[in-house]
Amino acid sequence: MLAYIIRRLWQFVPTLLGVVVLVFFVFNWVGGDPAYLLAGKISNPEQIENIRRQLGVDRPYYIQLWIFIKQIVTGDFGTSWATNEKISDIFATRVGPSLTVLVPMLVISTLLAMTAAMLVAYLRGRLVDRTIMIACTVGQSISILVYIIVLQYVLGYQLGWFPVQGWSQDFWQNLLRYSALPVLVGVVVSLAPDIRLYRTFFLDEINQDYVRTARAKGLGETRVMAVHVLRNAAIPIVTNVMIQLPALLAGAFLIERFFSIPGIGREVILAVERSDFPVIKAVTVYVAIATMVVNLAADLVYKAVDPRVQLK
Amino acid sequence: MVLPAAVRAESPGLWTLAWRRFRRDRVGMISLVVVLLFVALTLASAVGLIASDWAKEVGVSYAPPSFVGPANVSVPDERSPARDTSTGAALDDTDIVDPLREELIEIRKALAGGSSVESRAATLPFGGDKWGRDVLLKVVKGTETSLLVGLAAALLATVLGTVFGAQAGYFGGRIDDFFNWLYSVFTSIPYLLLILAIAAVLNQKGTSTVVLILGLTGWTGIFRLVRGEYLKHRVREYVQAADAIGATDTRRMFIHILPNVSHVVLVQLSLHVVLFIKSEVILSFLGFGVGVDTVSWGSMLNEAQNELLIGNWWQLAAATLAMAVLVTAFSLFTDALRDALDPRLK
Repeated sequence: MLAYIIRRLWQFVPTLLGVVVLVFFVFNWVGGDPAYLLAGKISNPEQIENIRRQLGVDRPYYIQLWIFIKQIVTGDFGTSWATNEKISDIFATRVGPSLTVLVPMLVISTLLAMTAAMLVAYLRGRLVDRTIMIACTVGQSISILVYIIVLQYVLGYQLGWFPVQGWSQDFWQNLLRYSALPVLVGVVVSLAPDIRLYRTFFLDEINQDYVRTARAKGLGETRVMAVHVLRNAAIPIVTNVMIQLPALLAGAFLIERFFSIPGIGREVILAVERSDFPVIKAVTVYVAIATMVVNLAADLVYKAVDPRVQLK
Repeated sequence: MVLPAAVRAESPGLWTLAWRRFRRDRVGMISLVVVLLFVALTLASAVGLIASDWAKEVGVSYAPPSFVGPANVSVPDERSPARDTSTGAALDDTDIVDPLREELIEIRKALAGGSSVESRAATLPFGGDKWGRDVLLKVVKGTETSLLVGLAAALLATVLGTVFGAQAGYFGGRIDDFFNWLYSVFTSIPYLLLILAIAAVLNQKGTSTVVLILGLTGWTGIFRLVRGEYLKHRVREYVQAADAIGATDTRRMFIHILPNVSHVVLVQLSLHVVLFIKSEVILSFLGFGVGVDTVSWGSMLNEAQNELLIGNWWQLAAATLAMAVLVTAFSLFTDALRDALDPRLK
């Protein structure tokens, strides 16, 4: 086990190096000279030269790459080009709001999708199953943008059930008042793909021998489904939710942007709009690290709950 | 010896059999027809047969759909009523007189030149946008953009994924290690984050940019599947036989093995069209996608977001409906295609 973890951690090194080189290549080579971006429209050669020296882009590429690697290791990415805020501060203050929305959203949508998926898997092939599956396909084909626009307009603006957008300093007010509509939108959006995916997990289990055994020894359908099948189908579901988490942290940017929640996702969008390269670089590298760590954790959880899984 | 006719008759090939199975799938056939209709619409619009004059301001600003009837607020020669009220409010607030107001009214009168204002329609078949352009024609143009971007990007991603996967699976060893490393690098950065980062750097809008971004980042899923197929096939007897008659590696990879894994590739291509259409809509909505002079469903949704606040729902409805129909049809078509090409599933 320990040997496995060490080997996996060791494998992080080349991958992470690849991510660093990719990000470096994209930003320092494809992106052109950032000094022109920073100097703005009205600038003179001395100013540009000055900025180039400050950023270190007048030095050879390998030194710049070395600076970048040092930044990652020390966690000191400097300051944002747009707001001069320290990048470590940006992270520290933006993770909280992101998680305030993400955690309830993930918990609610997973529980709902699991219940619905168990039901349709049990009724597979029947009218209910087919209707829900078609509804999911149609639901998935509507852009997430439309869900956000319409739900925000109807529930927030017209009916006034929720605040249209906003955020406060108080955790409980954020969680109960301002997160409610974003969480609802997130749940609605993720329900269709989740039900479809989890249904296949349940279908894999329903045809197993142990289910027949459970029925043969006279257990009720509720117990067979809710205890035997559910516990086995929950294994891929839990790891699937875990793997989604890092991508969601940065990927919830649409929801965060529409509801102006000061989270990581909105920060990414703002950084992209303002060509704020240090912020995007830092987010990309850290999310990549988080993805690798979470994937490893998911594999370990899988191993812990499913003795059939062999780690190699 | 002469074989009986029944044995001599050529046995049906993979594609014939797949087509036979596909034809039996009623949902699949209907969705195929819908997809083909959209493709025909796109082609007709691309060569300029229809919707070439989408940018013409044929109606009044925010002309309602014909089935709703003309708006009862009269909008004279002012283009945007919303803008008008806002300047009015600003004037009331600050008591600052716009120094150019008189001149602007003069210029507007001169520009209007009588005829173009009179000929503006009060209603349009499915309503008009802020500039009085026909929403229906915009949807056709948006369909063209989104479908072409989706197809082109999916084609690029599929070619990349197939070539990489073929190399990795066929040769194995160092080459496999290299491509697996590339795969883990690309997959450890969340897809949308990677796209946004590249869009931020390129800082250059345009249809071809979107195709490149989506295609160059989206090959990973196809790579993994194709690599697996090649791992399986390279040790099969027919490949060894090809080796024995002196076929080169390239020939074995792309002439012998590829047709045998092409069903996997085709299904992936179809899946990725849907994925990329959705991504393009989000990119264009955020303003990192197609250029300002191009209509896409994403840019329509962006306009529609503000229009909804003043009660003009038709552009939102039109773009949503077109996208939902195409994507649903394409997804159902993909499912049917997979069932037809791989009958072992289910």
